[in-house]
Amino acid sequence: MKYLQLIWTAMFRSKTRTIFTLLSVLAAFLLFGLLDSVRSAFANAATSVAGVDRLMTVSKISFTLSLPKSLLPRIEALPGVAKVTYANWFGGIYQDPKNFFPNEAVADNFFDLYPEWRLSQAERTAFGNTRTGAVVGESLAKKFHWKLGDKIPLQATIYPQKNGGNNWTFDLVGIYRAADPKRKSEENLLFFNWDYFDEARAFGNGNVGWYVLKVTDRKLAQQVAQALDALSTNSDHETKTQTEQAFNAAFVGQYGDIGLIVGAIMGAVFFTLILLTGNTMAQAVRERIPELAVLKTIGFSNHSVLGLVLAESVLLILLGGAIGLVLAGVVVDAVRAAVGTAVPMTRVGAAIWLRGVGLMILIGLIVGALPARRGMRLRIVDALAGR
Amino acid sequence: MSALVEIRSLSKIYERGKQRIEVLHHVQLDIEQGDFMALMGPSGSGKTTLLNLIGGLDSPTDGSITVGGQRIDRLSEGTLAKWRASNVGFVFQFYNLLPMLSARKNVELPLLLTRLSAAQRKRNAAVALELVGLTDRAAHKPGELSGGQQQRVAIARAIVSDPTLLVCDEPTGDLDRQSAVDVLTLLQQLNRDHGKTIIMVTHDPKAAEYARHTLQLDKGSLVEQTEQAPA
Repeated sequence: MKYLQLIWTAMFRSKTRTIFTLLSVLAAFLLFGLLDSVRSAFANAATSVAGVDRLMTVSKISFTLSLPKSLLPRIEALPGVAKVTYANWFGGIYQDPKNFFPNEAVADNFFDLYPEWRLSQAERTAFGNTRTGAVVGESLAKKFHWKLGDKIPLQATIYPQKNGGNNWTFDLVGIYRAADPKRKSEENLLFFNWDYFDEARAFGNGNVGWYVLKVTDRKLAQQVAQALDALSTNSDHETKTQTEQAFNAAFVGQYGDIGLIVGAIMGAVFFTLILLTGNTMAQAVRERIPELAVLKTIGFSNHSVLGLVLAESVLLILLGGAIGLVLAGVVVDAVRAAVGTAVPMTRVGAAIWLRGVGLMILIGLIVGALPARRGMRLRIVDALAGR
Repeated sequence: MSALVEIRSLSKIYERGKQRIEVLHHVQLDIEQGDFMALMGPSGSGKTTLLNLIGGLDSPTDGSITVGGQRIDRLSEGTLAKWRASNVGFVFQFYNLLPMLSARKNVELPLLLTRLSAAQRKRNAAVALELVGLTDRAAHKPGELSGGQQQRVAIARAIVSDPTLLVCDEPTGDLDRQSAVDVLTLLQQLNRDHGKTIIMVTHDPKAAEYARHTLQLDKGSLVEQTEQAPA
């Protein structure tokens, strides 16, 4: 700590240069915070599913294709299957496309397979008894100030009604809550009755988007999946059954390898940062060669000088990087508040900070290595003589 | 008085490409504890090289340097740095203060290498600044001080860790006459009243008059030693 002022004053010897360097570091880590937030959101989507004993059955050709509802009794009859439900993507828009949230038509037993979402028995009953009933997550209800009894109009983007209209109106009969507060992002969905949807839609009747089934024992998952897919072999609706976790990973994968994309962008950004900051540090140390020689003259060892320059470099990156990550946190919170799950982002929490600080220290050490070595190896008499 | 600095057969050769330049040639010299010695001689005679060797800033090509009973020419870089920190104070022609630090912080620099607390460092720096008459300038940065004042801060920095030996390379070379007199008087006072052994390189015969002895170097060899009553 006693060297901090020495390091701090050395860092701000050229204020303008240091401020511009700090800004470039800040920008790089702001970008890192935002991109890592997106990457984490996608990674969590693929891995954070609670229902490890749930299987998803979709069309083998594409999960956008439907499956016949007639498969339901045959799936229910398979050994090892405890419960089966089904759903269909609706893709309706509430008032404005920027208000995007997922909305699906689901069977009335849908919530039986998702115990991690809490819905009261009265609301479940109401959902089953109300033809136009809808259930939304608490976060979504809060965002749009919905309360039970409200009517929620959605504009269809895929499924018009038989009368040709695109306007579907639902009655809000239930609000579910995620049992785990860390999974509040799962409260941004709307579900409504599949029966009403199937009766009213203009096409695709008698088909479902996908089946969700719970197995009696997770060890039977592979066996059940094979048996289920065998039901449709050589038909026009061959199925692909996989764990919900694998399905989510595949769903996320349709956007491309987010980790690779984020890694490539950040790699380019940090490479540029290292060149830029490395040049700045080299220049700063070059200008201070006589001062470093004075420090060595009065008794600072080679390693002390090496440490001082490295500490200055790491401090510079930590300072700019920390401000960048704080700003990233503010921006992510603002984006999440404004658009909800339309842009998948996790909060800039401990994990992102830990990765960020690790990167800052690493970059600081890389950037400071050559100038520090130069400072360490300078010969006092040559440096004092200006050679 | 006993010899604080004992130099035996000291040589220094610089190699510049294929050229070998012998800057010091078998120098033999004793400097007594409590002496104030002026090193004089024409440019290139080896004064600064000799001073750097005595101060442990450079290593000899041949011969030995013993300071306070310690063979400093045999010390490793790290040990030599520690030795400098506790045994030698340096004063340069161009002061060599750190421009971003206040006078007090500049004086405190050598104390960062000690185990003293921040409060003790501050106290010791204040004492050193008082000794050079700059208490009221402690918070000023070097750029806000005159040349003479900056050199006095440099002297305070040199004495703050209470070294036995002060090595001064042209300490008045960048100063006007009055400031030079002030600095030389201060050095004389440190020698006389505080027992500091001082070795000073100078071109200026008037500055040399403040020393107890004057050594003349020419072409890397000692040519003359005179004793004088200090000015």
